Amino acid sequence: MRDVAIVSFAQTVHSRRRQDVNEVELIQPVIQEAKERVGLDRHDIGFTCSGSSDYLAGQAFSFVMTLDAVGPWPPISESHVEMDGAWALYEAWVKIQTGAADTALVYGYGKSSPGDLPRVLSRQLDPYYFGPLWLDSVSVAALQARAMIDSGKLTQRQMAETAARSRAAAKANPFAQVKGDFDVEAILAEDCLADPLRRHDCPPVSDGGAAVVLAADDTARRLVERPAWIRGIDHRVDSHNLGARDLTRAPSAALAAHEAGVSGGKVDVAELHAPFTHQEAILRAEIPLDGAEVNPSGGALAANPMMAAGLIRLGEVARRIIDGSADRGVAHATAGHCLQQNLVAVLEGDG
Amino acid sequence: MTEPEILSAPLVLEFPFSRTTGPVIGAFLTGLREKTVVGMRGADGRVICPAVEYDPETGAPLTELVELSDTGTVTSWTWVSQPRQGQPFARPFAFALVQIDGADTAMAHAVDVADATEMSTGMRVRARWAVEREGLITDIECFEPELAR
Repeated sequence: MRDVAIVSFAQTVHSRRRQDVNEVELIQPVIQEAKERVGLDRHDIGFTCSGSSDYLAGQAFSFVMTLDAVGPWPPISESHVEMDGAWALYEAWVKIQTGAADTALVYGYGKSSPGDLPRVLSRQLDPYYFGPLWLDSVSVAALQARAMIDSGKLTQRQMAETAARSRAAAKANPFAQVKGDFDVEAILAEDCLADPLRRHDCPPVSDGGAAVVLAADDTARRLVERPAWIRGIDHRVDSHNLGARDLTRAPSAALAAHEAGVSGGKVDVAELHAPFTHQEAILRAEIPLDGAEVNPSGGALAANPMMAAGLIRLGEVARRIIDGSADRGVAHATAGHCLQQNLVAVLEGDG
Repeated sequence: MTEPEILSAPLVLEFPFSRTTGPVIGAFLTGLREKTVVGMRGADGRVICPAVEYDPETGAPLTELVELSDTGTVTSWTWVSQPRQGQPFARPFAFALVQIDGADTAMAHAVDVADATEMSTGMRVRARWAVEREGLITDIECFEPELAR
C-alpha cells in the first residue's frame, strides 16, 4: 500500500441560500484555495474526482458543467460520483493506490436552496414501495428517531443536548451556518417539526462545498510539514429497505470502522456526519471512539451542504492533524436515509 | 452600493421513468390491485413484506411468496403537519412503519387519523383500499385504526 495523505482542505462559508453564484462560481474559489495552500497549480494534479447530484443541480450531467471550475484543458484524468465528496475521496485514494497518480484534487458541492430539499431527497428511496408516497427525508429521519426513543436508547432531552452542544461548538467554526448558545429547556419547549424531531434536531439546508488535495509518499512530505496520513478507509452499506432494518443500528458503520482500524489506537478527535441529533447517538454506539472530542466543528447540525458535508468531516480531521493539534482522528461520512451507507477513515500524523 | 438584483426563473424538473417490476415486485403490486398483501419468505424463514427479490442478509434470490392479511401493527411513526406535494394526504396525517400480521418486517405508509395524539407505537391498523386500484403501493390508500370499522 502507498502512504496517501490529505495535505490541504478548503471549504465555503456555508449559508442557507447563495443565489448570487452558480455551482461553478460557488466551488471555484474553494478549489483554488485548496491548491494554493500547498503551492500546486492545475497542471500538478494527477487525478480529479468530484461528488455532486443532478437532482440538486436540476440538470443531467451537471458535474460536467462544473469542470469549468477546474480548468480541464489540456484534457485531464477525471471522474465523478453521484455521492458525497467523501466517496470521491475514496475513489481518488484508490486511484493513487494503483500508481496512476501521485496527487488528486477532490471536491464536493451542493446548492440545495433552489428546491424543497426534503422532497428532493425522497427520490433516494426505492421507486416501487416508497417513491409514490413521497416520504420526505425529515419524516424518514423521524421514524428512526422514534425507534431510538421507543427502544430506550435515547431521550428527547439527550437529542436536545446534542443540538445545543453542536451549535455551541460551531461558534469557533468560521464556516458554520447555525451556531450559538441554545438552551436545552427552550429547545424542549418547542413544538415538533416531525414528531419526535424538533427543528433543532434537524440539519440546516445549506449551499456550499469543499475541496481536498491528496498526495502520496514523498510528494505529501514535500507539500506539507505534517501530512494527515490516511491509515485506513472503508465504506459499507446497509439495506435500502428501511422496514427490514433495525433502525436503531448502523451495522455498516461498525463494519467500516472495524475495517478502517479505528480501534487500533487512541482517537483524539472524531468528526461524525450525523445530520440528525439521534444519528450521532447511533454512530457513537457503532464506532469505538473512547473519550475522543466529537464534532468540534459543530458537524452537519451546524452546516449541511449536500454532497460536501461528509468530505468536510475528513477535511476537518485532517486540518487538526496538519496543524498539530491532534495526532490521530476518525472521520465519518454518511449517505442515503437513516445512515444507510457509511464511510470511515482513520487519519494520523507523524510522530 | 446597492446589491445587484438577482434574476431567477422557475424550473420544473422531472425525471420520468417507466419501470418493469418483474416477478416479485410485480406480484406484490398485482396483489394490491386484488386487495391482497403478499410477503416473501427469506432464507432464514422470516417473512419480508413488501415482497423483495433478494434476501436482505445473504443476497440469495427468493421465490416463496406468502399471502398475508391487510392488518398490522405500527412499529414507528411520525406526524406530518404540513404535507408536501405528492404525499398521500393534503391534510395532516402520520407516516408510519407498519408490520403486516404474519410478516417480520415493516412497510412504510400513511395512517389517517385526526391528530398525533391518536398515534402510538404498537397500535393496530388495517389497510384502507383505494377504490380505483392500478398495481401501485398507493392502491392501499392508507392505514387506519383497526377499530375504525
